[in-house]
Amino acid sequence: MTVVDSPAPVSLQLSGRRARSERIARVLFLVAGLTSVLVSVLILWSLTREAWTFVSQVEAAALWTDGWFPRRGMYDIRTIVLGSFLITGIALLVAIPIGLSAAIYLSEYASPRLRRILKPVLEILAGIPSVVLGFFALTFISPEIVQRFSDADQFNMLAAGIAVGILVIPLVASVSEDAMRSVPNALREASYGLGARKISTTVRIVIPAAVSGLVAALIIAVSRAIGETMVVFVAAGATGGSLFSTNVLGPGQTMTAAIASQAAGTDQVVGEGLTFQSLFFVAMLLFIITLFLNLIADRFVRRVRQTY
Amino acid sequence: MELSKPSDAARRGAAVVSDITRRERDIAGGVVRVVLMGALVLALLVLVVLIVDVVTGGWSVLSSSLGDLLTGTLGSKPETSGLSQAIRGSFYIAVFVIIVAVPLGVAAAIYLEEYASNGRFARFIDINIRNLAGVPSVVYGILGLTIFVKMLGSITGPDSNGRSVISAGLTLSVLVLPIIIITSAEAIRAVPNGIREAGFGVGATRWEVVRSHVLPYAAPGILTGVVLSVARALGEAAPLILVGATTGFLTTGESYLPSSLQERFTALPIVISTWSGRPGVDWRSSTSAAIVVMLAIVLVANAGAILLRNHYEKKR
Repeated sequence: MTVVDSPAPVSLQLSGRRARSERIARVLFLVAGLTSVLVSVLILWSLTREAWTFVSQVEAAALWTDGWFPRRGMYDIRTIVLGSFLITGIALLVAIPIGLSAAIYLSEYASPRLRRILKPVLEILAGIPSVVLGFFALTFISPEIVQRFSDADQFNMLAAGIAVGILVIPLVASVSEDAMRSVPNALREASYGLGARKISTTVRIVIPAAVSGLVAALIIAVSRAIGETMVVFVAAGATGGSLFSTNVLGPGQTMTAAIASQAAGTDQVVGEGLTFQSLFFVAMLLFIITLFLNLIADRFVRRVRQTY
Repeated sequence: MELSKPSDAARRGAAVVSDITRRERDIAGGVVRVVLMGALVLALLVLVVLIVDVVTGGWSVLSSSLGDLLTGTLGSKPETSGLSQAIRGSFYIAVFVIIVAVPLGVAAAIYLEEYASNGRFARFIDINIRNLAGVPSVVYGILGLTIFVKMLGSITGPDSNGRSVISAGLTLSVLVLPIIIITSAEAIRAVPNGIREAGFGVGATRWEVVRSHVLPYAAPGILTGVVLSVARALGEAAPLILVGATTGFLTTGESYLPSSLQERFTALPIVISTWSGRPGVDWRSSTSAAIVVMLAIVLVANAGAILLRNHYEKKR
């Protein structure tokens, strides 16, 4: 009987070179993943340092004056917070009905062919830079629409708000369409099986089932509208500062535009004492508000995904 | 108890049949359908009006002196002002995004999708990135001002107080980083697991599977995200205002030599925002023409990316 040599066992151990490149790749990818954390840390760090200087040195009386004129030492935060809320409110009045209707049409009514054409066009609308919409607000929306129906100033918050709304429409439409399309078809079929019409199915079945996603769309829209800078900077005027005003037909300023207009066109941010620091304080406020909104919206989006 | 007569049953049956087969128009449903479609058409109409408005507004400049507009430098008169420095600034911003943000973003996405275990740490990074994507752009401007302009000014621009195209490029790279990570991660997630398992089955390491199988399969999706984020960076103005883009008059900023990267800069959206504020019909036409130039770049890039994605989505 001959003994057959079994072949030498193949080592499952990686060769040195391959093991090394695997280790290097893992470390490099981890470092790249950590840079996003670094960015967050750097944002917080750059905001808090100067914002703290502002908070600790500013006199309380300067925070409650007739308006926001940082170069004259008047830091009335109410003025710009109110401006942000007014612009956001107008933007939502434009974006929510149009964006939501467009989403319902795309998700429930449009044929797949029509959808394939319409959706990309909506995405192109989303790609228009905000400074272009600012110019559009100033040269078209303000004279052709707002001033035609009222005696508004050329620079007014209403036109800027409408433009911000236009900017937010694609976002509202795409988030809410995603939510409605993730509602399983079985629910729609069950509704049709009971004899319900399309409109009843949409209103009584699809929308309630997708409600978390629709709430998320609303919150994301608010967050984006509050953070929008260039439209207001170009179209709402009041770049030097603004009196406390609730008149949307007149000029006004938001938190974002207040930051940009102090920095615009100058080599150094100039002004009395704490002007430079006030900019960081406003940015900090803006960061906290949007962070809060984004966290809530994220939770709602997650809820839709978990349900279906 | 009264028994129902056969004729009753027949009558009831006929009523049911007529209820089902009667063709009644759903008027309310039709109206709703038209209203919904109207909203969508309105949104698209805005896009058309906007484009028609800037093209007609800028037509006098575009048709007669487009060459001067593209080659001229910033100035105080509309007829002699041009965009060459702005185009150069925007070009370098795109270069920075492609060189800095794209590799970093794709690598971070690979880490999240392929390497990270589904633990608390990965979830933390994921939430962090989603939040970064929602931070207002002007806040990124503050970051750029503090870090790249003030702290690293001696490197980014020793003669320009740090207000250089390097600072601008790095700031916008940070701004689009979360967008690149999110779109790349989505593209990588869409790669079927069978492809990975086949690779592991023949003894490939994770890096080899990623390099030779996952990345090639996800490439079209990643590319779409990259093009969209470059377009986004080209349209951003707010962070550049804080980083110190020049709005008025700029003597330098025409040279494409890398040694000029530490000089002062401007960019297309900045010029548009400045010119928008200047009075008079001539400035308005120049602004419209500048917008047409920027939209031509941004919208063509966007449309290309969207078509590319739809093309590959249909194939699979």
